Amino acid sequence: MEHAAHALGPVPVTSAGYLWLIPFLPLLGAAVNGLVGWKLQRVLGKRAVHWIAVAAVAASFAVSVCAFVQLLGLPPEARHLQDTLWNLFTAGRLSVDFAFALDPLSMTMVLVITGIGALIHVFSIGYMADEPAYWRFFCYLNLFVFAMLLLVMGDSFAVMFFGWEGVGLASYLLIAFWYQDPEKAAAGMKAFVVNRFGDFGFLLGVLLLFWALGGAWQPRADRPLRPEYRPAAELNAVAGASTRAEALALAPRVEGVAIGPTLSFRELRDQITVEATGVRERLAGATLWGLPVLALVGILLFVGAMGKSAQLPLYVWLPDAMAGPTPVSALIHAATMVTAGVYMVARLGFLFALSPSAMGWVASVGALTAIFAASIGFFQHDIKKVLAYSTVSQLGFMFIGVGVGAYWAGVYHLVTHAFFKATLFLGSGSVILGCHHEQDMRKMGGLARHMPITRWTYLVACVAIAGFPVANGFYSKDEILWKAFTSRHLALFGAPLPWLGPAIYLLGIVAATGTAFYMYRSYYMTFTGTYRGADGHGHGQGHGAGHGHGTPHESPRTVTWVLAALAAGSVLTLLLGLPALWTGSEPLFERWLAPVLAPVAFAHGSHAQEWLFQGLGVAAATAGWLGARALYRDARSPVPAQLRDRFHRAWKVVYHKYYVDELYAWVVLRPAVRLAKVLAWFDAHLLDGLVNLVGGIARLFAAISDVIDRYAVDWAVNAVAGVTAAAGRSLRRVQTGRIQTYLYGALGGALAVVLLNFLLS
Amino acid sequence: MSIPLPHFLVVGALLFALGLVTVATRRNAVGVLMGVELILNGANVNFVAFERYVGGGVSGQVFALFVIVLAAAEAAVGLAIVLAVFQLSRSIDVRQADLLRE
Repeated sequence: MEHAAHALGPVPVTSAGYLWLIPFLPLLGAAVNGLVGWKLQRVLGKRAVHWIAVAAVAASFAVSVCAFVQLLGLPPEARHLQDTLWNLFTAGRLSVDFAFALDPLSMTMVLVITGIGALIHVFSIGYMADEPAYWRFFCYLNLFVFAMLLLVMGDSFAVMFFGWEGVGLASYLLIAFWYQDPEKAAAGMKAFVVNRFGDFGFLLGVLLLFWALGGAWQPRADRPLRPEYRPAAELNAVAGASTRAEALALAPRVEGVAIGPTLSFRELRDQITVEATGVRERLAGATLWGLPVLALVGILLFVGAMGKSAQLPLYVWLPDAMAGPTPVSALIHAATMVTAGVYMVARLGFLFALSPSAMGWVASVGALTAIFAASIGFFQHDIKKVLAYSTVSQLGFMFIGVGVGAYWAGVYHLVTHAFFKATLFLGSGSVILGCHHEQDMRKMGGLARHMPITRWTYLVACVAIAGFPVANGFYSKDEILWKAFTSRHLALFGAPLPWLGPAIYLLGIVAATGTAFYMYRSYYMTFTGTYRGADGHGHGQGHGAGHGHGTPHESPRTVTWVLAALAAGSVLTLLLGLPALWTGSEPLFERWLAPVLAPVAFAHGSHAQEWLFQGLGVAAATAGWLGARALYRDARSPVPAQLRDRFHRAWKVVYHKYYVDELYAWVVLRPAVRLAKVLAWFDAHLLDGLVNLVGGIARLFAAISDVIDRYAVDWAVNAVAGVTAAAGRSLRRVQTGRIQTYLYGALGGALAVVLLNFLLS
Repeated sequence: MSIPLPHFLVVGALLFALGLVTVATRRNAVGVLMGVELILNGANVNFVAFERYVGGGVSGQVFALFVIVLAAAEAAVGLAIVLAVFQLSRSIDVRQADLLRE
């Protein structure tokens, strides 16, 4: 990076005291709507439900803005707010807190999540107005915001993992929101299961890192200790702690940094960036089965990011996730959740920066995903599917950014993408609403006349994503590609590959051309020409008919205002990233993030070269735009159909998304289903047989016991009763009721006593 | 003045035995009550005789008087029961008054 490496001391921490409010408010909203929402909706109407939900997120946004102001007031190196709520666990010398931290990186994410989240909540009011389970939708939406905030604000892997799983759950619930439709329920399940694959990698990565850290402060025979690295001996004296304070007191310190195993990002970063601790040296030298541990950790963590952020080969769930309501697609599957992987890589930039191989893999997978998904986007007819593949492709760009080490550019693309992709998704939602829940672009067309606000906002977002310098997308994408081109340190298998950066650039620029093409294609198919929805598949004949019920209409205000706000955001956020080439000073956003990101060195390019590459970026966008305009404007050109017939086979392969889903069905699903069938047979015949056998034996014993009970035990009991009854029957005769009989008895007794007396004496 | 103690004791014993036989054998409830009087008076003879020959005071006589009063009361209660039995079963035969059997 061009700027001076930031101070390498430990990060000073400021306590804020109110950070818990930010995630708590959406949780409260979710709890209220989840527990009593149905009642509120019935008694007070839908208004009460959405007021609670919107107020929760808006309040959370307000608190985030407060935190942002406080953060701005601190000196740049000390921008780290941290609040510890409680101790999760203390084991040995490890102590993990439930703590929230805000530094410039997580602050950016929190502002995006709560800000755009609040706008999308407002959009949902109009979009979901006809939904009977209104309260359930808002409950899930708030729950998602809570989980996402936990993910970005958690100061340790533990809290982040809670959020990581939480957003997966919320995503599942929202994709399968209309669970009565089996296809949508299946899409939800697919998202969840594919995400679990990724989460498994993430968890493995965290555990491996933890394992390596444990080794990182063990003394090693082959590596002499640095003289200032005294703590090793003390660390080997095993002593446990039961509280956080004890754990801290036990940990030896080098230059103010406590050394020892930790899950906290800040502590880990301090240990690695402060060189005197020796942790970095040891981590870099650690190997597992001959492989460098850092590269393994990086790749495993990136597998987690692949799942969450829909990269090759785990991207398949995202296009299917479009089964969910459109606001969900905008919030979760475009603006926030899918960027969790990018955030995670940026957050752990100090780790990735130590391993060129891990960085190389991240950037390469990102580049491949970018071009692969863009090519699928070319021929999709479902407007949301186009946007879904576009999201996958843009996430690829972000991973190029964080992969080559241009962390700020990757995160900046995350922010710009959040704005323009939310606009596009909400715009598509508005179109779908206007066309009476039609998603096929072949049945749209000519909507510019009917839905002017939607049209203009969609166009602004198209300009942004295509990469024209009048909107934000250009600045982030151009920076990413330029950094990719100038990176020389990337590696795949240990040895640096200087050509890898330019190769990634090449893939990226082609993908960028494709991006412009498919986005303008969707724009022209949807908004220009004549409306084709009235008579189904008709081609231009439906313009006269179809008034009344079939006419598309502009969406309600809650929808259009949100669209306008987001489109404005898509333009205004360009101010954050004006390149140094134009203004002479580093972009605002880079300066804002610089203290938290790891410095990575790039090759130096001349100004002329930089101008040239910016020109190339605009040229790529223009090429894509003009191509789409020539082919799809007003639906007049016959060329697309001719081309499709000409290259029918190739078209078919791409149209069917390269048959990846079919491949997965064949390679993963079919064996799984087979195995399930075998196991089902095993279960039905062997296990059930065993269980039935045991049951039969038990029944046999029961029968024997029954016989014994009935004929032996019962007989004895009855016999005792019978004897008693017979004795009673015969003895009752004695009681005659006649006084004189009793007198005879008494006399006889007296006589007997007297006689006995005589006899005994 | 020279009748010795055993004579009295024999008379008392005879009275007791006769009373006991009366109570045990009589069918008439009134007869049974009369038998009870004989038993009590046998005891009275013993009280007085022992007082005279062994104790030397008036306690025996006082006991005897008490027993006489008690016997009068007992006869009254007994006759009332007999009357009630008669009203119930038109008979004072004790063999038929066996409602308390079993």
